[in-house]
Amino acid sequence: MLIEKLKARFGAQIVGAQSACGEETFTIDREGALDFFRALRDEPGFEFNFLTDVTAVDWPERKPRFDVVYHLNSLTLGHRIRVKIGVDGADPWVHSVFGVWRAADWLERECFDMFGIVFKGHPDLRRILMYDSFEGYPLRKDYHYNKRQPIVPEVDPVVNPLRPSR
Amino acid sequence: MALPARWKNKIVPSDPSEQIMELQMGPSHPASHGTIKFNLKLDGERIVDCDVEVGYLHRGFEKMCEQGTWTQCFPYTDRLNYASPCINNVGFALAVERLLGIDTTERCKYVRMIMSEVSRIVDHLTCLGMAASEVGATTVAFYMLEAREFLYDLIEAVTGARVTVTWCRVGGVTHDLPADFTDQMKASFVRLDQVLSDCDKLLSRNRVFMDRMAGVGQFSKDDAISHGLTGPLLRATGVAYDVRKAHPYLVYERMEFELPTGDRGDNYDRFNVRFQEMYQSRRIIEQALAALPEGPVTISDPKVVLPDKQKVYNSIEGLMNHFKLIMEGIHVPAGEVYQAVEGANGELGFYVVSDGSGRPYRVRVRPPCFLAMSALNKMLIGRMIADIITTFGMINMIGGECDR
Repeated sequence: MLIEKLKARFGAQIVGAQSACGEETFTIDREGALDFFRALRDEPGFEFNFLTDVTAVDWPERKPRFDVVYHLNSLTLGHRIRVKIGVDGADPWVHSVFGVWRAADWLERECFDMFGIVFKGHPDLRRILMYDSFEGYPLRKDYHYNKRQPIVPEVDPVVNPLRPSR
Repeated sequence: MALPARWKNKIVPSDPSEQIMELQMGPSHPASHGTIKFNLKLDGERIVDCDVEVGYLHRGFEKMCEQGTWTQCFPYTDRLNYASPCINNVGFALAVERLLGIDTTERCKYVRMIMSEVSRIVDHLTCLGMAASEVGATTVAFYMLEAREFLYDLIEAVTGARVTVTWCRVGGVTHDLPADFTDQMKASFVRLDQVLSDCDKLLSRNRVFMDRMAGVGQFSKDDAISHGLTGPLLRATGVAYDVRKAHPYLVYERMEFELPTGDRGDNYDRFNVRFQEMYQSRRIIEQALAALPEGPVTISDPKVVLPDKQKVYNSIEGLMNHFKLIMEGIHVPAGEVYQAVEGANGELGFYVVSDGSGRPYRVRVRPPCFLAMSALNKMLIGRMIADIITTFGMINMIGGECDR
């Protein structure tokens, strides 16, 4: 039902839609993503006021390589959807939804940290779980799980701050 | 000292000539139970800016889950929220089962629900006990830890372990409840009631405690929703959202229970919500034990569940079945599922992606603490250093889940 409603409203924007395991998934184009998300949040009938999760899935052999996956929830109407944006591996970026839901702040930082996807418009996109001098993006499939990185030398954080001051 | 643009509207230092002091609190601080660092900017004792740094307990949970079979993920999920491992187990199992399109037995659903609620009580006891001890109420902490211990005994009687239970499997659970479980539970509840009533008397109207908690760490309803807070933190602001009610799983829709909510969204409300939730969990357990159906706790699909040891040792089919399930894993059809359960701290979601092989292609956890920690900065700006302790205590950050 939600599928028809969304297709009727955003026809051209939606690249693909499917329903499986009782969940509805939409694939959209990244260019107009922000307007799409804003409309989902504000328009009556959708009211997705809650951003549950932002993450990504890496498909190295596929084009586009990454799926950025958003899970939305409506606390008022009680429905959920999943929105995907396909992102190319050479220059992975999407628009940040920080301005739509504040929850995106750390979720997008983590996604950047783990997959190297750049969220354009995020006010403070830094690594969050890994340390700043960490190299590579650990949740990409081409990052071997057993790879070791040198331990960061201990420095006095006052004299030589590891994190550039904001 | 010139203030960076992003603080300008937030706070005006009382005296512009005063220096803003930078202080790093943590990562190992005696008053914060969890490895976390606060990079503070202070004007006297007032917090001007607070950059919360997490990740000290990052173990690569999501990466490691991709390396083994689906069943091998269960021990990892235990270590997400080590105060309520049963809930994590159940969440992951439900996600995989939905992807497989299987349904567990009736008894299994009840048993999983009972253990989830026991875990929820344990988690709340841990959170409230620790938070109380940090504001000086050490007595309460020890009372609550004692209650936690005898609930751990109960969990041990069922699962064989206190904390790292690894109790669920795809398609069921490893152990059924012991025969005398109902009696043990009743005996524990009598003691639990005593502990809760003692702690209620010691804390709920305690002047010192209220002064430290009331009005601190306040968060509005709209902010809480926008920041993605769930669980007691969201309910304390007055939003009655609980995954158990909004998107029921297991057999929660058959249970009668209420959602305690607050109205001010401060630490005192959070304390009350958690405290009342323990009584509601108790109610659910009592109803579930009364309605507990007989029958097996695992399904008998040989493609999913390991065969009996008797069959493994005595027949080639059983042996091959066992070997295949261990070496190749359960073949989960390609697809993806997001399954949320109500963890003690909020919505705990598992987003699992399968490519059709015996190993998970991607396991993503939506950790409730992580989102709550991202809002901590907003809760603290303009408050005192001492308020960090109570607010952080009420968020109940569990490093294992926040940092994964």
